[in-house]
Amino acid sequence: MISAVSRKTWGAASWYLVLILGAISMVIPLFWMASTSLKETGAVFEYPPKWLPVPAVWHNYVEAWKAVPFGMFYINSIVIAVAQTFGVLLTSSMAAFAFARLHFPGRNKLFVLYLGTLMIPSAVTMIPTFVLMRWLGWINTYEALIIPGIFTAYGTFLLRQFFLGVPTDLEDAARIDGCNKLGIYWNIILPLAKPAMATLGVFTFIGSWNNFMWPLIMANDLEMMTLPIGLAAFQNTYRTDWNLLMAASVMVMIPSILVFLFGQRYFVEGIKLGGIKG
Amino acid sequence: MPTEIQEIRNPKSGIRRDLFTTLLFLLPNLLGFLAFTVGPVLASLLLSFTVWDLLTWPPKFCGFDNFVELLGFRRGSAGWEANDPRFWQYMWNTVFYMFFIPVSMGLSLGMALLFNRKLPGVVAFRTLYFLPTICSAVSMAVLWKWLYNADFGLINFLLAKIGIQGPEWLDSVAWAKPAIAIMGLWAGLGGFNTILYLAALQDVSRDLQDAASIDGANAWQRFLYVTWPSISPTTFFVFIMSVIGGFQGGFLQAFMMTGGGPAGATTTIDYYIYNKAYAWLKMGSASAIAWVLFIVVFVVTLINWRFGEEKVEYV
Repeated sequence: MISAVSRKTWGAASWYLVLILGAISMVIPLFWMASTSLKETGAVFEYPPKWLPVPAVWHNYVEAWKAVPFGMFYINSIVIAVAQTFGVLLTSSMAAFAFARLHFPGRNKLFVLYLGTLMIPSAVTMIPTFVLMRWLGWINTYEALIIPGIFTAYGTFLLRQFFLGVPTDLEDAARIDGCNKLGIYWNIILPLAKPAMATLGVFTFIGSWNNFMWPLIMANDLEMMTLPIGLAAFQNTYRTDWNLLMAASVMVMIPSILVFLFGQRYFVEGIKLGGIKG
Repeated sequence: MPTEIQEIRNPKSGIRRDLFTTLLFLLPNLLGFLAFTVGPVLASLLLSFTVWDLLTWPPKFCGFDNFVELLGFRRGSAGWEANDPRFWQYMWNTVFYMFFIPVSMGLSLGMALLFNRKLPGVVAFRTLYFLPTICSAVSMAVLWKWLYNADFGLINFLLAKIGIQGPEWLDSVAWAKPAIAIMGLWAGLGGFNTILYLAALQDVSRDLQDAASIDGANAWQRFLYVTWPSISPTTFFVFIMSVIGGFQGGFLQAFMMTGGGPAGATTTIDYYIYNKAYAWLKMGSASAIAWVLFIVVFVVTLINWRFGEEKVEYV
């Protein structure tokens, strides 16, 4: 009996040891980032390096903030991510409703076409879409940064799977009461699909926030850049100013971390949903 | 009930109204889908048979020249040589990163097994391990470029402490790719795949596990004969998605950390396409590479599907 208990304790202790070792490998790089971001320029190139920034130079953040229009980057990132999230939720849920609940000729064939495009590398559509944006005169505009990203096959697929799982009893009752399709979509399906919508919303927001290649091609003016592209531009100018680079990176990271901490539940649920139904 | 009656009286107008409703729901997404996915895919195929610098209109038709230039071989002074040796180098780089997919999946499964033990405080660890996934990948790239700095980087400093002279990492032809792959393993340790595995583990039947224990199976045997088969659909899904993603990987790392160097050692196919199109304005040639990539992804996914489905056990 005693040996069984002590075996269990040792077991738990060794699991913790592995967890803690892994956690150290997570924390040290992030700690190093924060530490470097507060060092004096001279202290960055000290050898051996010091773990703590003494004195802590908070001014680095001010300097990084002023070096490029960081305020604009934040605004652009927020505008684009919010607009894309709403756009994706609206168009995906409507199309998903059509695929899950309406009958029309060629429905299944069209859906297979949607599914098939999930495998297409983004590099394939990138060049013609770029040409289209150029032809429309949309380079360096919010239109180009937002609109091509709001018609996703993935979102339609995810929500359709969820809608199919919603029992039809309620809708039948509503139809008998004279409710039309629009009413069913808005008053019954959408409220029931809140978890799936929240999941798709969080995914879309983070995906848009971290998107790199498309805004890199679309935004050449500093004023139109998003945070990741702004950071890339910043790096171009301040190649070896590691303290400023780290300060800028921390500023880019913080909003994602905040969104994650608030939406953590939806994240975990959403990854499960997307994976299992996929 | 009035709608029902109307439909019975005049079925034609009912069908027409149904179609109108359908279009109302479908069109916003469908039009965008046609304009930004289907249309561009077809346009890209057409462009791949042309020479075009974006500035002169129209693109010049050139038949299969782009594909021959990309994939063909010619007899050179020293036997057969590729028309575009860079393409093969960059394809190799892309595949090199993909060799780490099984390692990454193994680590994810290991982490998921740890998280699944319901130890007190495990959720805090899970959150911590998920941070690199959530943080902007650009920030992570800048951070690791600093960590890998040969002279002042933290990694070589720590290695020196245990008596190892660290390599030049991102500046070394031999180490640049492994360095970027290691960063990927680190970032993926507690990422999406780990959470997928964790979800799968939570669905493994308790009864089967207990039955195996009663029959005298040890922990490893329980894992091998109960857990592993039960989570095989997840393994299959993660593998297929990782391969599709892997063929398109490495762009951000090349752009932010190495510029694709040294000597092209970290240029992947995606970065090559980007440079062809936007640095050298060879839109036709870039489209041809993109289509070759598409076909490779398609064929490999079909093969995975064909051979993977047999091994998956749906419980």
